[in-house]
Amino acid sequence: MAEKKNTCDLFDCGHRACGGCGEALAARLVMQAAGTETIVVNATGCMEVFSTPYPETAWKVPWIHSLFENAAAVASGIEASLKKQGRKEKVVIMAGDGATFDIGMICISGAFERGHDFAYICYDNEAYMNTGIQRSGATPYDASTTTSPAGKCSFGNKLPKKDMPAILAAHGAPYVATASVAYPADLMQKIERAINTPGPCYVQVHVPCCTGWGFEGDQTVAIAKLAIETGLWVNFEMVDGKVTKVKKVVRKPVTEYLKTQKRFRHLFKPKLQETEIAAIQAIADRNAEKYGLDIKLPPKKE
Amino acid sequence: MMEITEGSHAVAEAVRLSRPQVVSAYPITPQTHIVEALADFVANGTLDAEYLTVDSELSALSACVGASAAGSRTYSATTSQGLMLMAEVVFNAAGMRLPIVMSIANRALGAPLSIWNDMQDSIAMRDSGWLQFYAEDNQEATDLHFLAYKVAEDATIQLPAFVCFDGFILSHTYEPIDMLTQEQVDQYLPAYNPAEKLDAKDPMSFGMYATPDYYMEFRYEMDEAQKRAKDVIAKYGKEFGTLFGRDYSALVEGYQLADAETAIIAMGSICGTVKDAIDEMRAAGKKVGLLKIRVFRPFPYEEIKKALAHVQRIAVLDKNISLGAKGGATAIEVRDAMYGSTIPVKGYVLGLGGRDIRKKDIKEIVSLCENGAGDQFYGLRKELI
Repeated sequence: MAEKKNTCDLFDCGHRACGGCGEALAARLVMQAAGTETIVVNATGCMEVFSTPYPETAWKVPWIHSLFENAAAVASGIEASLKKQGRKEKVVIMAGDGATFDIGMICISGAFERGHDFAYICYDNEAYMNTGIQRSGATPYDASTTTSPAGKCSFGNKLPKKDMPAILAAHGAPYVATASVAYPADLMQKIERAINTPGPCYVQVHVPCCTGWGFEGDQTVAIAKLAIETGLWVNFEMVDGKVTKVKKVVRKPVTEYLKTQKRFRHLFKPKLQETEIAAIQAIADRNAEKYGLDIKLPPKKE
Repeated sequence: MMEITEGSHAVAEAVRLSRPQVVSAYPITPQTHIVEALADFVANGTLDAEYLTVDSELSALSACVGASAAGSRTYSATTSQGLMLMAEVVFNAAGMRLPIVMSIANRALGAPLSIWNDMQDSIAMRDSGWLQFYAEDNQEATDLHFLAYKVAEDATIQLPAFVCFDGFILSHTYEPIDMLTQEQVDQYLPAYNPAEKLDAKDPMSFGMYATPDYYMEFRYEMDEAQKRAKDVIAKYGKEFGTLFGRDYSALVEGYQLADAETAIIAMGSICGTVKDAIDEMRAAGKKVGLLKIRVFRPFPYEEIKKALAHVQRIAVLDKNISLGAKGGATAIEVRDAMYGSTIPVKGYVLGLGGRDIRKKDIKEIVSLCENGAGDQFYGLRKELI
């Protein structure tokens, strides 16, 4: 795909992301799929900061950042402006989970309701990483963050992850999908579809954060893959509000995923927190049931 | 052609004639009639614009930021609480040097909630980098929109602009308006064609972050553009006068000022009341004049000092208050403008939250000023304090 369009450097090297940054990887893949005829609207966050320290920019497409909470509204204006001028560029929003799940909700709701033609890409690393790992509406149950720290009286974040895809599907978004940096071909296919489907489309990309989650930078893809293999992250597509495609897996126990990251370390040390782990396993089990995740293996021959 | 029109509808017509390509609208009293009229124009094909009915004022101005950055002429209108909800975008749009024009139907700020007029809303945004025009009547409110676009979009300025006119007092009042024709407006205000915009043919990054090594120069450049705007307003205000007979080249405008002993400084619709009061005071032998401030940003320091060099005292009327400072914002700035002069400057905070100001109040203020009394609220109900 990259070779075909010769656009592999639209999100260029030289930016200041951490080694092993999941969202930098996502940005590169998104831009490979999006191509040159794209205007990117970036919400405030890690990506905006590590990619555009004035006077340098990593973006080789037109790019704009206004504020934290208003990317969807800025994109609305751009789309309206392009329509009026008879221009054909595609509008792609790049926003983190804090900008999407929390502070941007009013602008997002309005923009999706109005039906602007854009692709909203949420790179979800499950906390406010730019400000130092605070919990967001996307932070998973029991993750320790700086505002939901594990301690003597706490196992970390007490709230479940908000279901943004369902919220945006309920707005009538024609195409809603989740993707992961662990599956680049699938991710790029979904980005292309989101961009080419008329109307407001949403793709939520799981982007492990080595700094915020606590793992070595060479484990980003492996951990993203484990999230899917344990059923804690589900890759799916929704067309007109109906789930049409799900990445099925032979599920592993959630501990395989949890034990790779410091944000869940308190569940294993100083002692194994079986009740909490069972609660997280139940989340994965519910995902499996809801999305039909499990691949049924044929019975072993005697 | 003279027409009897409601202020909001006259402003809407001026906006229509300015050919904005993207209008972003959210209702708030007393601004709503403007965006209703614009919706009606679009619905009936007399305005060819994308009209966004957004979810909030936050989105209203944010959509203008996107549309303007993509190269379209954009418009929004708001007031009071709406402007406060926009505040973050207000500063951002100026920093991004986007020539958005926004009407402000001036209204008080809560709490307590008040839908009535004062100027606290736009005055609170005075450090944002937006140009600020203030209209005395609806003719001016109408014309200033053309001037605002022309100045804001000038390549040497590139700053957004408020056109402020008093909520209800002007927005809901019917007055005769000499409305320009489309041909006249097109002659004055050419299509917006920015040198830099979001464009796949020439990719640029807008709204990057700046380290301490770079940030200050951006603010300096904005301040320089504000200063340059004085000459640009003079140029385009004069051009407007040459073409259409109403000259807006001056940032301040005198009335009966030449031999005045007491000068009143005011902004907005109160100037009409002040002029009537001056006529009566003059008839009674009192030498009073008015200096109307039409442009609050950039602030006309030199113009004020020059215009008032000969007076004996200055009474500044403020429909706003900088709480904890020395009265209203205009008085504070005028004192700065008059620094080094021995002419006393007295400030009067009045008309907050829509409290009526009559000719007799103006006369009373002149008397207070003559007696050296000032720097006070005027018209307080003592029984409530």
